[in-house]
Amino acid sequence: MRFAIPIVLMLGVLALLGFGLTHDPREVPSPLIGKPAPAFALPGLGGTPPQLANADLKGRPVLVNFFASWCAGCRVEHPVLMQLAKEGIEIIGIDYKDTDADGAQWLQRHGNPYRVVAADLQGAAGLDWGVYGVPETYVLAADGTILFKQIGPVTEQVWREKMAPLMAGAKS
Amino acid sequence: MKRIFRFLSFPRKRESRALRSGGCTALRAVWIPAFAGMTALLFAAFAQAQTAGLDAAQETRYHQLINELRCLVCQNQTIAESNAPLAVDLREQVKKQLTEGKSNSEITRYLTDRYGDFVLYRPPFKASTLLLWAGPFLLLLGALIWALWFMRSSRKPVAAPRPVDEAAVQKLLNETRAALAAQDDPKP
Repeated sequence: MRFAIPIVLMLGVLALLGFGLTHDPREVPSPLIGKPAPAFALPGLGGTPPQLANADLKGRPVLVNFFASWCAGCRVEHPVLMQLAKEGIEIIGIDYKDTDADGAQWLQRHGNPYRVVAADLQGAAGLDWGVYGVPETYVLAADGTILFKQIGPVTEQVWREKMAPLMAGAKS
Repeated sequence: MKRIFRFLSFPRKRESRALRSGGCTALRAVWIPAFAGMTALLFAAFAQAQTAGLDAAQETRYHQLINELRCLVCQNQTIAESNAPLAVDLREQVKKQLTEGKSNSEITRYLTDRYGDFVLYRPPFKASTLLLWAGPFLLLLGALIWALWFMRSSRKPVAAPRPVDEAAVQKLLNETRAALAAQDDPKP
């Protein structure tokens, strides 16, 4: 009986360590999951229309991707987004804390997977969406509810395991 | 303002001590106060730039708030300490809302609506944070119970000696004596 005590304690410590190792503290769970996307209205990149506002996100499931030309993680996920766009997934791009020129140049160089690119040059919309670093990608249902938030690059695995099922579910 | 005064009073004390002890401290006597004075000025200028447009009460609340809000980029720093762009934005936001006359709870609510309770250095007491708040006390309680149990078990009295079989002892004694006597006085 007494020899069981250290074993139980050790198992407890191991369970705690296991929990800590499998949870990334940099991924702060968003309180916006399950809530409607925050209200916003942004100009298109380059100061040109089309404008982007909440109403534009409704009617079908979409991805909203915050990116920037200065962001390394965006380069990592870019090929995945390009592939998704090719497959007909609608992605809305929001250029976060960037300049019009840099953003446009970046898209020209690497390709543009977005149906619409809005410019959030001061990061004000990002604040409302709870963005604290780029890239961050939101899955929105047809009614504009946020279903999921990916913090960090969208990889093929993340898309396949987490986002694709949600997008498919939101469509039906 | 009080803080700056305290800061300024420190180099003055050093100066008088340095003057008394001579030697290369003349350099220290000049440089340390000069350096300290400059940093104090810089701090004052910096603080002023950040809180321009706030009255004294708002400024106090501003410092209170930014020292209790976590920067989500560098997660072990408050937004007061961090100079990550997000922290700068959040400070600006706090300041803006203070000038708009928002209360402290309205401002923290604004931030938790967007970033969750994680943004608060002092998380609220609720079901999901129960372990966080109660954990240390539970650990302490566990340690106390263990310590008590340990002290009790080590103070347990030694088991009472078994009753001695007097007859057996006497018999053994006699036998030994007889054996010894036989040894001392061997038969010829």
